Amino acid sequence: MAVHNLTTPFTDEMIHELHVGDTVYFDGTLFGIRDLTQIYMFDQNHEPPCSLAGMPAIHTAPSLKKVGDRWEKICVGTTTSTRMERFSPELIGTYGVKAIIGKGGLYNGSLQAMQQHKAVYLAIVGGSAALETLQVEEVEEVYWEHLHPEALYKFRVKGFGPLTVGMDSHGRHLFEEVKENTRRKLPDIYEKLGIVE
Amino acid sequence: MTEFDYQLVEEAAKETYIRALCDLPTDVREALKRAYDKETNPTAREIFKAIFRTIEVADQGKTLICQDTGLPIYMLKIGSKFPWNGYEIKTRLTTGAKRATQEFPFRGSSTHPLTRINPQTSVGEGLPVIHYDFVEDSDCLEILMVPKGSGSENMSKMKMFYPADGVSSLKKFVIDTVFETGANPCPPGIIGIGIGGTADLVMKLAKEAIVRPVGERHHDPQIAAMEEELEEAINSMDRGPMGLGGKITTLAVHIETAYTHITQNPIAINTQCWPARRSRARIYPDGRIEYGY
Repeated sequence: MAVHNLTTPFTDEMIHELHVGDTVYFDGTLFGIRDLTQIYMFDQNHEPPCSLAGMPAIHTAPSLKKVGDRWEKICVGTTTSTRMERFSPELIGTYGVKAIIGKGGLYNGSLQAMQQHKAVYLAIVGGSAALETLQVEEVEEVYWEHLHPEALYKFRVKGFGPLTVGMDSHGRHLFEEVKENTRRKLPDIYEKLGIVE
Repeated sequence: MTEFDYQLVEEAAKETYIRALCDLPTDVREALKRAYDKETNPTAREIFKAIFRTIEVADQGKTLICQDTGLPIYMLKIGSKFPWNGYEIKTRLTTGAKRATQEFPFRGSSTHPLTRINPQTSVGEGLPVIHYDFVEDSDCLEILMVPKGSGSENMSKMKMFYPADGVSSLKKFVIDTVFETGANPCPPGIIGIGIGGTADLVMKLAKEAIVRPVGERHHDPQIAAMEEELEEAINSMDRGPMGLGGKITTLAVHIETAYTHITQNPIAINTQCWPARRSRARIYPDGRIEYGY
């Protein structure tokens, strides 16, 4: 299982090299998005005020404080992705996001968009906000400030990771593969516990 | 006896909330290390390393381990000789939780269930959750603070089985729940199980199960054996840390039980994530406060 140290923006070639189970760290730009950010974008038709093309987007509602004109980090953590499945194919297809970062994975619609447009899902270690916050060097911009803590954030990050490639651009879905593997084990587990189906 | 200073309860309520969020209990740290030693999957081992690094960063900076500061739960043990005024304790716990949120400061997660308006206090109608029990021959008030995040709490399940379904249906319910919830409760954590009681009591038992220190077994050998059996079964599922595959899917299975109705066979599951956060304070009538896990 390979370890990749990348810098944003991500190209199709870079994404092509990533396979499920690989570990990724990266430097550069990271956008923060959440449920409300995407409801605002997709359901209420607001165009993002900057280009997201080639960039990674993380599912987060960060704790920040505003000092003068600048935003400072307090705590940046990651939330469960499945709630945002509905928006993800379009985020990849229309806006060119190359990596969605979150926990728990996404579903088939996103997997297809990842194959079609060369993108990946990178799984973060849930609960590890202390580490993520350390790796955020700066909060460069907060767009749509009125939506905070579910606005659109532009972070600069260094050595962001470890992230596990959970879904790749070759059609593989690690969460589903692991789940299927467990499903095959269930009859034996039931038997061992004396469970009658 | 001099009058008890209820300000101590407020301070302890605030302090335990902050401590719980930043400082992981020793038994959980040790359980994670033991789990790492047993883990062979390379992806899973990377995840464990990130977990250890996170704990280290939080220790060094006294920062939040996880951004989800949860809903505050206070579990009280009230000594029989403790001079207590329940209403005053409730008020002080509420103020302490609010002060922790606003003075640290961290994100408040409590919200109105219909309007979804968040007061940024971590409290509100019905919050904090306060459970209490009474302890014989003690002059102390023990406060166990549990900040419960939603990633794991959202995976809670309960079911009222029939007596005819037997114990085997309870075991199947546990296995199927772990299978279905997969990556969502940030495994490997603690799987808390309540068996018996009423619909409300069974979930409270499951909550009590997640706060038992990892490594302690139920005092009843029959229940302890069931804990071990389920733990072994779950750790043979290969779901692994964060549901990405690996040997370790849970750090521990804990079961708490209560007598139930002759026609009932209830079970509840309350999962706890790997940052199994909790903090304890013991307050004595002379004003001493002892902090621990």
